[in-house]
Amino acid sequence: MAINKDGNGYTFGFSIALVVVVGVILSTISIGLEPFKKANVAVKKKMDILSAIGVESTRKNGEELYEQYVEDSYVISAEGEVQEGLPKEKTAFYLDVQKQYRDKQIDKEDRLYPIFEAKKDGEKVFVLPVVGKGLWGPIWGYLAIADDYKTIKGASFDHKGETPGLGAEIKQDFFETQFKGAEISEDGSYNEILVVKSGGSESKQKVDGITGGTITSKGVEEMVNRTMKVYQKYFSKKQ
Amino acid sequence: MSEAAEDVKKPKEPLFSKKNKKLITDPLTDNNPITIQVLGICSALAITVQVEQAFWMSVSVIFVMVFGNLVVSLLRNLIPSRVRIIVQLVIVASLVIIVNELLQAFVPDVSEKLSVFVGLIITNCIIMGRFEAFAMSNKPFPSILDAVGNALGYAWILIVVALVREVFGSGKIWGFEIFGSNLPGEESGIYEMGYMNNNMMILPPMALIVVGIIIWIQRTRNKELVEEH
Repeated sequence: MAINKDGNGYTFGFSIALVVVVGVILSTISIGLEPFKKANVAVKKKMDILSAIGVESTRKNGEELYEQYVEDSYVISAEGEVQEGLPKEKTAFYLDVQKQYRDKQIDKEDRLYPIFEAKKDGEKVFVLPVVGKGLWGPIWGYLAIADDYKTIKGASFDHKGETPGLGAEIKQDFFETQFKGAEISEDGSYNEILVVKSGGSESKQKVDGITGGTITSKGVEEMVNRTMKVYQKYFSKKQ
Repeated sequence: MSEAAEDVKKPKEPLFSKKNKKLITDPLTDNNPITIQVLGICSALAITVQVEQAFWMSVSVIFVMVFGNLVVSLLRNLIPSRVRIIVQLVIVASLVIIVNELLQAFVPDVSEKLSVFVGLIITNCIIMGRFEAFAMSNKPFPSILDAVGNALGYAWILIVVALVREVFGSGKIWGFEIFGSNLPGEESGIYEMGYMNNNMMILPPMALIVVGIIIWIQRTRNKELVEEH
């Protein structure tokens, strides 16, 4: 029996078969490559943490350097209490702060905040992840706090899809280094960090925003202050 | 495409007959998809700042193109003509997703730099153009040759443009400094003598200008390509 290739039945049949075949192939490949992609993401995270304390690493030595510098990691609650006995996916390294921030199901008070304790040149440094919103999508980064519990020693930011040349500049050194020296607390209370228009006063709490990247700059300011307020609760108990 | 034409017995032609060779060489020069047909310009502008990106983009396009043309050609008698464009689109899209997954898994840094442009291979007119114009009406082997030819024609332009832009824009090739260091305060090589990188080269318009220069050279050498008005 000859098949009528112009008939509706054939067209539908062909389309359905094609979609099923393509679907199976793509999902097999995606599942098969999952472990590689996860490993890449984990190394990238370690590189970002190292970058916040000023250690340059590559994908090759990222793992090794991380072991060398980062000594301890733990998770605190929104009230600044250290949390114990958490399942693996909620431990400091595996906790997905990005997801927590976006998930409307999780109350602000229930969010968990990881702390990575690193040692560089004999000094203890706390590395803290921050996540927030830019103009087009998520932005995130890590801040390094010195062992006086308040001075920022370094920062590294990244973004998903900010405008190249404008908002995307937050990941450049010139922007990141400005955070150095700012203090997150003064006399035991939280001290705001301001991302403002270039120029103006020389205060160490002020960071020059990016010209043409105002919304991204404001996003960085909001994300840093919102998160640091929580960490400051924890640090104030230690001071 | 009529089925009768398929049934006519043709004398078996050699694998690399003159006609088949032309399928590869034509798109490299006189029928280049970028400089003559002016297709796929968007990616030529976007990812030609560094040779490395251009190289991986070219590899991705070659992969998508060859497998795409092969699959379309194999299915050409089965694809219902009313939905053929959508079927072609599904084939490109799946291949592009495969490429993207592979890049993410094995060369994550490159994948980050290419970002959305890998996905945009789907909309690269060269690919859909070859599916519709060639693979739908030709046998698998010539289709592969045609794909290789067109993809290489795209690739060499991309890499030449990237080479020009990286050398004069950042003084590097594949990330290696060739003119010495230009870090402020630590200048070496020709930067010491006051040479400066041309920042204009890094901006997208420069890609268009470089492609324009290639087109100009090509048409000066082969007058037949010049359109009469």
